[in-house]
Amino acid sequence: MTTDTQKIVLKASGLVKRYGHVTAIDGAEFELREGEILAVIGDNGAGKSSLIKALSGALVPDAGEILLDGEPVHFKSPMDARKAGIETVYQNLAVSPSLDIADNLFLGREKLKPGILGKVFKMLDRKAMHDEAKAKLSELGLLTIQNIHQAVETLSGGQRQGVAVARSAAFAKHVVIMDEPTAALGVKESRRVLNLIKDVRDRGLSVVLISHNMPHVFEVADRIHIHRLGQRVAVVKPDTHSMSDAVAIMTGAMDPNDHPAGAFAA
Amino acid sequence: MASSNAKPATAEHELVAASASGDFAKFTAEKEPLLTRIHHFFHRYPTAAPAIVLMMAILVFTSIVGERFLHPFNMSLIVQQVTIIGILGIAQTLIILTAGIDLSVGAIMVLTSVIMGRFGVEFGLPPVLALGLGLFAGALAGYINGLLVTLFRLPPFIVTLGTWNIFFALNLWYSGSQTIRSQAIDAAAPILHWTGQSIELFGARLTYGSLMMLVLFVIVWYALNWTAWGRHVYATGDDPAAARLAGIRTDKILRSVYIVAGFFCAVAAWALIGRIGSVSPQAGMMANLDSITAVVIGGCSLFGGRGSIFGTLIGALVVGVFRNGLALSGVDVLWQDFTVGLLIIIAVGLDQWIRKV
Repeated sequence: MTTDTQKIVLKASGLVKRYGHVTAIDGAEFELREGEILAVIGDNGAGKSSLIKALSGALVPDAGEILLDGEPVHFKSPMDARKAGIETVYQNLAVSPSLDIADNLFLGREKLKPGILGKVFKMLDRKAMHDEAKAKLSELGLLTIQNIHQAVETLSGGQRQGVAVARSAAFAKHVVIMDEPTAALGVKESRRVLNLIKDVRDRGLSVVLISHNMPHVFEVADRIHIHRLGQRVAVVKPDTHSMSDAVAIMTGAMDPNDHPAGAFAA
Repeated sequence: MASSNAKPATAEHELVAASASGDFAKFTAEKEPLLTRIHHFFHRYPTAAPAIVLMMAILVFTSIVGERFLHPFNMSLIVQQVTIIGILGIAQTLIILTAGIDLSVGAIMVLTSVIMGRFGVEFGLPPVLALGLGLFAGALAGYINGLLVTLFRLPPFIVTLGTWNIFFALNLWYSGSQTIRSQAIDAAAPILHWTGQSIELFGARLTYGSLMMLVLFVIVWYALNWTAWGRHVYATGDDPAAARLAGIRTDKILRSVYIVAGFFCAVAAWALIGRIGSVSPQAGMMANLDSITAVVIGGCSLFGGRGSIFGTLIGALVVGVFRNGLALSGVDVLWQDFTVGLLIIIAVGLDQWIRKV
């Protein structure tokens, strides 16, 4: 009951995207509430990547509507979505390996020095960027130290993921979308990233988590959006549905309406 | 109220989480073996290797040739000899940082030198205007390269292999294969010879062309390291897909890089006229390969995103020192080429090793 009164941050309805005669999104619905972690699961080829791309501006849907805070938005590029306060952590991390941590955090939104140095000579304010990068990383418990000048390629997979998550968490105003953030990580590193995702939610941001890892999904998600054949077929909660229910719905083995809690239990 | 956070299902996982070590994403400095530390040192300071080679080369040649080699006049002569390759090297560095390569730098240089010469001398345009037109033509030639690379997604190697031939043919056609003599330039457009004039400093003779090269290196160093544009150039060469996702318009960056590179080729043309005195459509035939040599020896990675602009200056100086030192040692010219070839292979081998962190 109470959850129904929660504010809806990001909503999409009737989204369609076709590639030639392949329909990747077939009239999909999507709803993300304020301050929740919404997991999006679906089998390979279910169209969840396309859905996420449409929400993050990486593709322009053929039809349908996206509402951010109730206002219709039309993203033409990931930059548009970022400006609107939606940050995405991509599966391939989207970090520049040879640049250092601070450079990566501020890539594409560098800070310039105040006054004539910045205005005329376009001089970067490296000190401010490094200080802020340090602050952001330690805020998320990612930085026990030190060398913010380290090139990202010298970091482990988990550390890189940490940088990518920190970047999105630092700049997102509304929504953080994470595409398979634990896919390439070991057990311990996954654990830290999962905690990080909860931290991000507890800071008041809404999180969309795309993952194939059911235990991870059921651990952190508040609600689970199940995608199948280009459509949302069910939205469930970890306490109404079991992992095997979710997998059965996702693969088509179970009709979501046959479940005692119904297809839209959440 | 909306306590969707508290789910009983997570409790046992949280216990596991609590017992897990928290050292994820700690950037700690551990004690590492010497070779690893050397490795990391070169990785962090890509200019260090060519700088060490340069210093060792100077030491070795001083001990072989003696005082004569270290004399300010000889040192400044080396700087004069590397001026043109140095300026072209700036252009080449920018392109190589974006994971491209520019085979047309020499052809753009010769073509623009002919344009400067003909407009200044034969058409009697105000010399400054002739110079400006030449610089503009260089930027335009670079823009054409950039358009072909970004619009048609052609590999830079192929694009510039094509435009190298095209620009060179245009140069032969436009110049009518005629050389413009030095006296004619002095009479009509002396500004084109400004780069060849020099000042004496403690027995060293520095040409304005050489000084201009040094100033350009500083400007480009600033642009690459202290502006967002520079960071974006590195990011574009490093991983273009990641750069695009970070909101960088990589095509725009690439085009700007090719324009700037073309402009610097025209600046090199100005330095070329100052150095050889005349305008010759046959000059600078090997310049494109020499500029790549300087960049590679300077520690720039051909795979993009890695390298420093001063590395190229040092790379050009390394070549200059080896050629000058071997010549003063009385070694046959062919061994100069042999040595440069060795240096290239060692430099690329070192880069491969450095990139494996």
